[in-house]
Amino acid sequence: MDSVLGTLNGIDFTIGETLLELSYLLAALLFVIGLKLLSHPESARRGNFYAASGMLLAMATTLLLHKNDSGAGIPLANVWIIMAAIGVGSAIGWVIARKIKMTAMPQLVSFYNATGGAASALVALLEFPNADMSNWGSVLVTLLGLIIGSIAFSGSMIAYGKLDGKVKDIRASYMSFVNLILLGGTLALALFILLSGQTPAQLNWAIYLLLAISLLYGVLFVMPIGGADMPVVISLLNSFTGIAAAMAGFIYNNQAMILGGILVGAAGSILTLLMCKAMNRSLLNVIIGAFGGSSSSGTGEEGTMKEMTMSDASVLLAYSQNVVIIPGYGLAVAQAQHVCHELDELLSSKGVNVRYAIHPVAGRMPGHMNVLLAEADVPYDKLIEMADINPDMPNTDVSVVIGANDVVNPAALNDPSSPIAGMPIIKAHESKNIIVMKRGRGKGYAGIENSLFFDDKTRLLFGNAKDTLQTLVNEIKSL
Amino acid sequence: MDQILIFFYTYKEAIFIIALSIFLGIEVISNVPAVLHTPLMSGANAISGVIIIGGIILVGHADATTLNTELILGIFAVIFGTLNVVGGFVVTDRMLEMFKKKKK
Repeated sequence: MDSVLGTLNGIDFTIGETLLELSYLLAALLFVIGLKLLSHPESARRGNFYAASGMLLAMATTLLLHKNDSGAGIPLANVWIIMAAIGVGSAIGWVIARKIKMTAMPQLVSFYNATGGAASALVALLEFPNADMSNWGSVLVTLLGLIIGSIAFSGSMIAYGKLDGKVKDIRASYMSFVNLILLGGTLALALFILLSGQTPAQLNWAIYLLLAISLLYGVLFVMPIGGADMPVVISLLNSFTGIAAAMAGFIYNNQAMILGGILVGAAGSILTLLMCKAMNRSLLNVIIGAFGGSSSSGTGEEGTMKEMTMSDASVLLAYSQNVVIIPGYGLAVAQAQHVCHELDELLSSKGVNVRYAIHPVAGRMPGHMNVLLAEADVPYDKLIEMADINPDMPNTDVSVVIGANDVVNPAALNDPSSPIAGMPIIKAHESKNIIVMKRGRGKGYAGIENSLFFDDKTRLLFGNAKDTLQTLVNEIKSL
Repeated sequence: MDQILIFFYTYKEAIFIIALSIFLGIEVISNVPAVLHTPLMSGANAISGVIIIGGIILVGHADATTLNTELILGIFAVIFGTLNVVGGFVVTDRMLEMFKKKKK
């Protein structure tokens, strides 16, 4: 049926094989165009659809047209098994993606990233027995696929657990030491497998050991990182999954896999660096975790936090002209985005100009606040990026800081010894009045005193952000 | 040294693709507005599910007459890969739908 079309380097190729490669080319183009469109608000949805179509095409043609080295296609029995597996995966993936609450988005993105990493690790693990040990390069890509895929899997699962509140940060001084040993062990074992000269069957123990160590490394590498560093870690793990998929692409000499994987790897790395830049820290600094819980830089900021009554707060807000709301992770934790939007609409109806100031690393994943507020129907032209809102802060009557801390800490600007020195912040302290909604009197994630809270212009409202906002909304309504 | 050269020659096309894709990836997403950071990450995440192709090839040529490790783990690879692809694209679409609604 599948007739020979021609010969290349003495090897016949068929119509089917040609069509398969053509479909991969088309899929790769759809990935690139899709990603490009995804980076513009008007075309983003179309871009996502294009990329998905490319994936569907590549999956379908692989199933129908792929041949192994001896020229045999995929047997019908296997086609059914694959279809069943795809059916199961699609059903679960679709239901979770549709049903889950928008506030659980960071966890979900991490979870899906973990599944991709797991798939890469499994593919590399199962292809290892077929590796040609005399071809150093092909063994190397298999091992890299296994290592990076495993780290992406276990790391993302830990990140998922943390974001879901199931796993606590564990920080200890010996941990970076242990991690260094594990990383060294991983590399040494990989090198041993490469150079041992043994057959894959003889190296079976080593490959499973490598899997185990890589998984463990992924767990321990993400374990101490938390809080404000999560956006960096999540986009880093995302780029790992891409690279792992590209390594598997090498195994099959499959250009669509290589291009798709590297594209994601590069895009993820850029996003990672963007997040690092937003915190003025190096990637190494984030990974090693210099934000120790024991940070000694609480220079004993003296002063008192001044509370205010709800009725004072409501009057202040209702009779202002310009109000800027600065949301942080606390808003997400309290799930207060809807009532926050209610407040913003209420104030807008009274003629107050209400805008949101979004710090790039506010929340736990890149763009977290944007998604959260979009869920509550906040129009996105009200979400202003840090660099654009800062020049307006001196003209702002009231800044309302909701569950944010480090991203508004003036120490970043004026205390060179602070651990967050140099991190760009939203200049809430320049506005005429500041209302801070805080759960308690504790410090932020970085464990640094925030002089903003002791500022003479600052008044605090303690309590759960959702309840505080609700009370405030009711107060303003009754004015 | 020879091994490195052999590696390069064997995979020369792939290495070309990698080198160019890195620049392409950087170019394509530079200047992305913060509003789109999450959907972009989640969409890219779904694209990394391209590993599903590897899973399909693996299970496609595995021995399906008996229950063996390769077949069982391979099936898991396909399920995980599909989860990544379908879940990733669907959730990205859901997010973007939310953004769209408010645009008007």
